Amino acid sequence: MSHDAQVYVKSQTEFEYLKRKRKQAMRSQVTTFAIMIFLTLIAFSAVAADFSKYYIVPIILLLAAIQVVLQLYYFMHMSEKNHSFPAFFLYFGAMIAFTFVLTFLTIVWWQ
Amino acid sequence: MDFNKKYTPQSWPDHPEQSTLEGKNKFLGFWLFLGGETVLFASLFATYLALKNKGPSGMEFSTNTLFELPLVFVMTMLLLTSSLTSVYAMYHMKNHNFRGMQTWLAITVILGLAFLGFEIYEFNHYVHLGFTYGQSAFSSSFFTLVGTHGLHVVIGLGWIILLMVRNAKRGFSLYNAPKYYTASLYWHFIDVVWVFIFTVVYLMGVVG
Amino acid sequence: MREVKVVSSIAKKKGFGATLWDYLTTVDHKKIAILYLAAGGLFFVIGGIEAMLIRIQLAKPDNDFVSAGLFNEIITMHGTTMIFLAAMPILFGYMNAVVPLQIGARDVAFPFLNALGFWMFLFGGIFLNLSWFLGGAPDAGWTSYASLSLASPGHGIDFYALGLQISGAGTYIAGINFLVTIINMRAPGMTYMRMPLMTWTTFVASALILFAFPPLTIGLFFMIFDRMFGANFFDHTMGGNTIIWEHLFWIFGHPEVYILILPAFGIFSEIFALFSRKRLFGYSSMVFAVVLIGFLGFMVWAHHMFTVGLGPTANAIFAVATMAIAVPTGMKIFNWLLTIWGGSIKVTTPMLYALGFIPSFVAGGVTGVMQAAAPLDYQLHDSYFIVAHFHYVIVGGVVLAILAALHLYWPLMFNQMLSEKLGKWTFWFFFIGFHLTFFIQHFLGLMGMPRRVFTFGANQGWDLFNAISSFGAIFMAIGVIILVVNIIITVVKNEKVGNDPWEDGRTLEWAIPQPVPFYNFKQTPLVRGLDTFWIEKQEGNKEGMTYAEPLSDIHMPNNSFIPFVMTFGLFVAAFGALYNGEKDWAIPVLVLGLAITLTSMAVRSLKDDHGYHIHKEDLMDDEGGKK
Repeated sequence: MSHDAQVYVKSQTEFEYLKRKRKQAMRSQVTTFAIMIFLTLIAFSAVAADFSKYYIVPIILLLAAIQVVLQLYYFMHMSEKNHSFPAFFLYFGAMIAFTFVLTFLTIVWWQ
Repeated sequence: MDFNKKYTPQSWPDHPEQSTLEGKNKFLGFWLFLGGETVLFASLFATYLALKNKGPSGMEFSTNTLFELPLVFVMTMLLLTSSLTSVYAMYHMKNHNFRGMQTWLAITVILGLAFLGFEIYEFNHYVHLGFTYGQSAFSSSFFTLVGTHGLHVVIGLGWIILLMVRNAKRGFSLYNAPKYYTASLYWHFIDVVWVFIFTVVYLMGVVG
Repeated sequence: MREVKVVSSIAKKKGFGATLWDYLTTVDHKKIAILYLAAGGLFFVIGGIEAMLIRIQLAKPDNDFVSAGLFNEIITMHGTTMIFLAAMPILFGYMNAVVPLQIGARDVAFPFLNALGFWMFLFGGIFLNLSWFLGGAPDAGWTSYASLSLASPGHGIDFYALGLQISGAGTYIAGINFLVTIINMRAPGMTYMRMPLMTWTTFVASALILFAFPPLTIGLFFMIFDRMFGANFFDHTMGGNTIIWEHLFWIFGHPEVYILILPAFGIFSEIFALFSRKRLFGYSSMVFAVVLIGFLGFMVWAHHMFTVGLGPTANAIFAVATMAIAVPTGMKIFNWLLTIWGGSIKVTTPMLYALGFIPSFVAGGVTGVMQAAAPLDYQLHDSYFIVAHFHYVIVGGVVLAILAALHLYWPLMFNQMLSEKLGKWTFWFFFIGFHLTFFIQHFLGLMGMPRRVFTFGANQGWDLFNAISSFGAIFMAIGVIILVVNIIITVVKNEKVGNDPWEDGRTLEWAIPQPVPFYNFKQTPLVRGLDTFWIEKQEGNKEGMTYAEPLSDIHMPNNSFIPFVMTFGLFVAAFGALYNGEKDWAIPVLVLGLAITLTSMAVRSLKDDHGYHIHKEDLMDDEGGKK
């Protein structure tokens, strides 16, 4: 395959614009991080506050799922383009993972 | 194609990790690997959930009494922050700021090492209590699940340190950009797994 | 970066040492394909000998040809060798030989990892087979269920777990490699719906490998930890559960059989279209069926566990899901039949195998649907009916495909043609022998004969059928011997055949000049439709390809000895792990082995390897035209 890859030198305006965009993107990453910390704090506090386990378990699982979605889509850039195959394979893996866990919770011990 | 070609911040591509065929292949190949790792950790989680609290009759260890939340909270904060610092590192890579990236990667490594230190302390504490690897099915599955995660952290740290040392003198190129990017993806994935570990193992364990 | 002048390959005569080093260090998918074929073929013969020993022992009642313990080792090794060390590697060989050429690529996405995957498979297989000489082979069946295998004395099971772990890692690497290759490296114009079926089935099978091997990895680790490091995953006295092994094994094991059969389906799709001189009927539905089979393959594993006591709800769910898989498979059978219908059929050896595959695989498939009914499976489980079923689908499906592809792709890989006459003799001996051996086993199962028994009492009504079954095995052996003779004669005669030797090639791999240049394509081809070579031939294009780019420099990867060294390190480390606790040198050897692997990985990472370039001037002849 031809390797005469084009080298594109950006103009100063374009360069400044992109730098600003990236700075904004970085700020939104920090916001995402803050949300994640917040979710973690809620989860730990809920457990420490000793509510009924039937309330806590679904809630902390939901909080974990939200945090994982934030990690995947923002920290790992899954929301950007060129990520359709990674997303598909990760979701498929997650689906198998879910089936797996469901199995081991239900049909490992004799019912 | 000259892989050692030097770029300036103005000529550096927007997505340096995907600007060569090799880069695109590494990017996709690594995401696929993470898909497989998801199933790998799922097997470990599933086994843990099936075997937690199961042991020889009269066993005195259980999830409610064994785990200490403050320690786990500190470890979680360390790992989560290290995930953010690796995002900073990639931000600097996009801006072709080599010193910036190396600095933030170093901070990531330090936070990761701190996490490991706490985890080793935790395991050591359990072993002193008598909760050893071979004590019960619960202990075997706990140490294998959390230990495999810890092993992944060790590998991740080794990888990042190796990259930092190897490339310290020569800066960016389209050859090593995909390597930094995939290492950063790996580090985020380890944090994803830890989110499930602290929720499913520790939080759900304490709740009972 | 080295520059290399391309010299005509005919002019280069290599000595034995140079050729050996070339193969030890190659990263070229075509050479790796030959390595996979050779190693897989060798293990196929070993597995076949193990099969003959089984049938000799079972030829008559109360036989003492082999002891009970040895028999258990033989059946375990027969199954493990055939599935992991023969069928899968040979299929990988074909995938390596064909898929990059079919999609117009110059190699796979990760050539170094391709080589690594091969060496890991080989060393894992060698490690496993060394058990024969080092205290006994594993003896708990190829499924190695936890209660039995934990109790197995000696190191047999440890060889099984460690050997398969290494081999499995090699397979996993190869799976990722093919996925990335097919997604990222297709030639311009080759959309997903223009890919040949061989490529599609490789794609889906690789996705199955990606998701199915991790549970096996974990299961094997649990087995290793339980046996060697005092863990308690499967020990119920310590809170463990033996069913966990079964779930882990079969969540791997069921997709595994689809990993085996899908490439076989791909091979037959190519054969049916080529030798009917008609395009494949219902291409889109064939693709859809392959994807659906792959997806459903993950939903049915507990049909191997109907008698475990999972409860009627679980059994019902898995029974229905299992029956559902028959639907896309049936679609494919009809599409193949409709491909032949109205075609101009040429009954060559590959076509014979394909025609023999249809009734054989359908027979195996329908007995599978029978077993999917959980209540019936309670009667059939662990009987010879199951043995008959899976041999019908595996031998009637995968092995027939392997033998067919050997004839089909031999000219592509070696620029020679295997003898058609001997090929047909092989087919008939093998096919007749296969049906003699395994058809009768359905009845043995229905009559109550359990499987994995080293002998059986006389006068239960089983004597005659077992004798017939063993007699059939002789035919299969003769067929394989004729095949080996065929191969030897062809290699010795070394008659060149050139490209498109079957004259009706439809896909890109037949368009390439023979012998295939090591860089595959001088210029990346432009794909103008499904069956792209056929389109070019119909338009009278002598070259067989139109091109997507002008002649330019070609970037090729360097050879490397590191994959061999990395794998050797793991091989050494496995011995250390095996003898841990028993011998003083175990831990040092384990550390040494891991050090060899990690050091060679470090060398690979620290020493830049950018490959080399072939300059476009070397691809042109003196007048400036293409050489």
